[in-house]
Amino acid sequence: MHSEFLMGNEAIALGALAAGVNLVCGYPGTPSTEVLETVAKRRGEGVYVEWSVNEKVAMEMAGGAAYAGARALVTMKQMGLNVASDPLMCLEYIGVKGGLVVLVADDPGPISSQTEQDTRSFAAFSKVPLFDPSSAEEAYQMVQEAFELSEKYQTPVFLRPTTRVSHGYASVRVKDPEEYTVHIPEGFVRDSSRWVIFPRLSFNAHRKIEERNEALQDDFSENPLNRIEPEDAAAAPLRKGVAVGGFSYTYVMEARKKLGALRTLKVSTPFPFPEKKAVEFLSGLDEVLCVEELDPVIERELIYLCGKYGLKTKILGKMTGQIPRSGENSRDSVTAALAAFIGRPLPPEEAETPPPLPVRPPVLCAGCPHRASFYAVKQAMKGRKTVFCGDIGCYTLGNAMPLDMVDTCLCMGAGLGIAQSLNHLEKDRSCFAFVGDSTFFASALPGVVNAVYNQAEFTLIVLDNSTTAMTGHQPHPGTGKTMMNQVVEKISIENILRGIGVTAVETVDPLDHAHAVETVRSIADLPGVKAVIFRSPCVALFRAEAQATVDPEKCIGCKKCIREIGCPALSFRDGKVHVDPAQCNGCTLCAQLCPVKAIEVTPPPTPAGGNPSDSATAGGNKA
Amino acid sequence: MTKNIILCGVGGQGTVLASRLISSAAMARDIPVLSAETIGMAQRGGSVFSHVRMSTDEVLYSPMIAKGEADLIIAFEPGEAVRQLPFLKPDGRMVVSSRPVMPVTAALSDTGYRAETMLDYLSSHVARLTVVDAERALKDVGSPKVLNLILLGAALRADALGLETADLKEAIRRNIKEKFHALNFRALEYEP
Repeated sequence: MHSEFLMGNEAIALGALAAGVNLVCGYPGTPSTEVLETVAKRRGEGVYVEWSVNEKVAMEMAGGAAYAGARALVTMKQMGLNVASDPLMCLEYIGVKGGLVVLVADDPGPISSQTEQDTRSFAAFSKVPLFDPSSAEEAYQMVQEAFELSEKYQTPVFLRPTTRVSHGYASVRVKDPEEYTVHIPEGFVRDSSRWVIFPRLSFNAHRKIEERNEALQDDFSENPLNRIEPEDAAAAPLRKGVAVGGFSYTYVMEARKKLGALRTLKVSTPFPFPEKKAVEFLSGLDEVLCVEELDPVIERELIYLCGKYGLKTKILGKMTGQIPRSGENSRDSVTAALAAFIGRPLPPEEAETPPPLPVRPPVLCAGCPHRASFYAVKQAMKGRKTVFCGDIGCYTLGNAMPLDMVDTCLCMGAGLGIAQSLNHLEKDRSCFAFVGDSTFFASALPGVVNAVYNQAEFTLIVLDNSTTAMTGHQPHPGTGKTMMNQVVEKISIENILRGIGVTAVETVDPLDHAHAVETVRSIADLPGVKAVIFRSPCVALFRAEAQATVDPEKCIGCKKCIREIGCPALSFRDGKVHVDPAQCNGCTLCAQLCPVKAIEVTPPPTPAGGNPSDSATAGGNKA
Repeated sequence: MTKNIILCGVGGQGTVLASRLISSAAMARDIPVLSAETIGMAQRGGSVFSHVRMSTDEVLYSPMIAKGEADLIIAFEPGEAVRQLPFLKPDGRMVVSSRPVMPVTAALSDTGYRAETMLDYLSSHVARLTVVDAERALKDVGSPKVLNLILLGAALRADALGLETADLKEAIRRNIKEKFHALNFRALEYEP
């Protein structure tokens, strides 16, 4: 064993490796992404790892491996679980042979997600057991237990960290590689009565799943991960307790230092719920405050148990207004709730109002090629009746002023369905769907097939920056790299589109503004489905060593560059435009717009569209 | 020794690396340390923060710092310093860069955001305030990208980190590519 300072996600990856995982796959999504990346960095020879094209395929890959007796880990964020839910729901009925751990990272807040859905509720829906870690150290232990449990009961098992667990750091005691379990899969054994799902199999499986989950409630009541932290002598007469799960446990334990220790139930397996342990906890308590994020899962379970066992304990939490129903908890919100709960409410905060603070919505980076792509389409379609359907990725940020080029954003790949639907309803509207390269492969292909076959009319804009940028630059089928360090043939977006039957497919460099506008104009009014692929690499990955500078003699202060493109490197001082050298990447877009040619970029850009260079400078914080 | 440290700024300024250097230096001295940072969409020009907690005399459960609990706030931007001020202890130290990062909205129309207003507010509310003239420091050190090390250096000299310069230099050696060592050392040891 040795100690390492690890991010929660890194600890989960090392835990899986220590458990002898054979296959790891997933699709990137904040806050889950670093799990798979760490496996790729730290894996031994025999471990297969890939970024799959989407979560559904990843889940099926992991299921297949587990059929063959391999230990498999599949990783995604909570939105990805929606994509993977079809295979997962069925896998629970079919069961597994090798351990299958489904890592789903939830995002209270939400900080970088579309929903605040709770995978603990999904666990109850899918009947899949779930571990809910409160720290990196616990996550390291739980992933190993999850593999054991999965094999013992032949079921997939969830591990569900939240953002603060996934992205928190701590010193964790981890095994040395020599101490790792070696797990040798038996291989797939043909047995159609086991691996082919039919209604009869599902009927029998359903009965067994319910019996198993009842048995698991007892198992989990004995598991020290579910435990009662005793009250101190001062708190005992209050006859009050706290039930807590996930990262909020750290808030409760910190608050105990200040407020005294109430009896505390730490719930690490919210499904199946550790019923006996919870009843033991409730015994002799008049009131319990449930502290959790997202759904009131623990709260509902305790209310149910009070009914089932005729207990008089009053259960408080989200449904009674003591804990907020949405958003994250915090050190301060939990301390305040606990203080009020024990009848010693904190004094109201002294409300001194600071001067108004700047609002900082996230923006596209300086030099981001997406900015140029959006601007080209905006210019080409000026004055027309249009709709611009956006999608999930950095380019959602094209919604910000002054670009204002995202009219809809729903979920991965949805822009294509929305754009074609709107055109069926409004023939005079020119409909556009913008999709990134990684999202194109993950979830846009059925939308293109649907549009071509059903005679839809819209323009597909593929924003190809040769990476999965928002989640931190993962490879995808268009990049020519795999997580097994292979250099492979790229899958061509142009060929896919032409193969489906899109006849008008144009590829253009968005940083060549005039040409980009001309291309969009020439294609937008063609009938049927047509596509423009804007291809230029992500600036955070391929940083050109170029800089724009403003000649103050020539700058007339018209602010056209600032008004039109909203680049964060541009500001206006003393009647002139200024370029922040720390942010500028010399993309040249502002120089192309300047009506008096006051902006010069040195050195001039290479025709290849930038020079791959090392962006890991001292202050450089890769996004 | 217990230190609760908040680093705050605007996505892309290098707060994450600075917090990792502090954590790495503490780990090397066997000081238990927890930290948490902003990752994801906010990194694209949004408000970001890192919390670093280290203690040799109490068990730390949460990497997050409560209001009024920070011994030190290292602010990479004056407005972000004001935003995080409620977390500072009454006798806590604040190290702040004087240089504002204007939100993109400010370039479109004047939002009224001024660094001077923020710095005035800080001087009247923070007893132990160190203002770093970032413009000048970056020019003197000769790179626009080392604000994080300049601010860490100022915190060291205010004796607010609970760590020594040598600890951070070692952390730089462990965490940053060799070709940047000299520049980072220069920034860390820069004095106006």
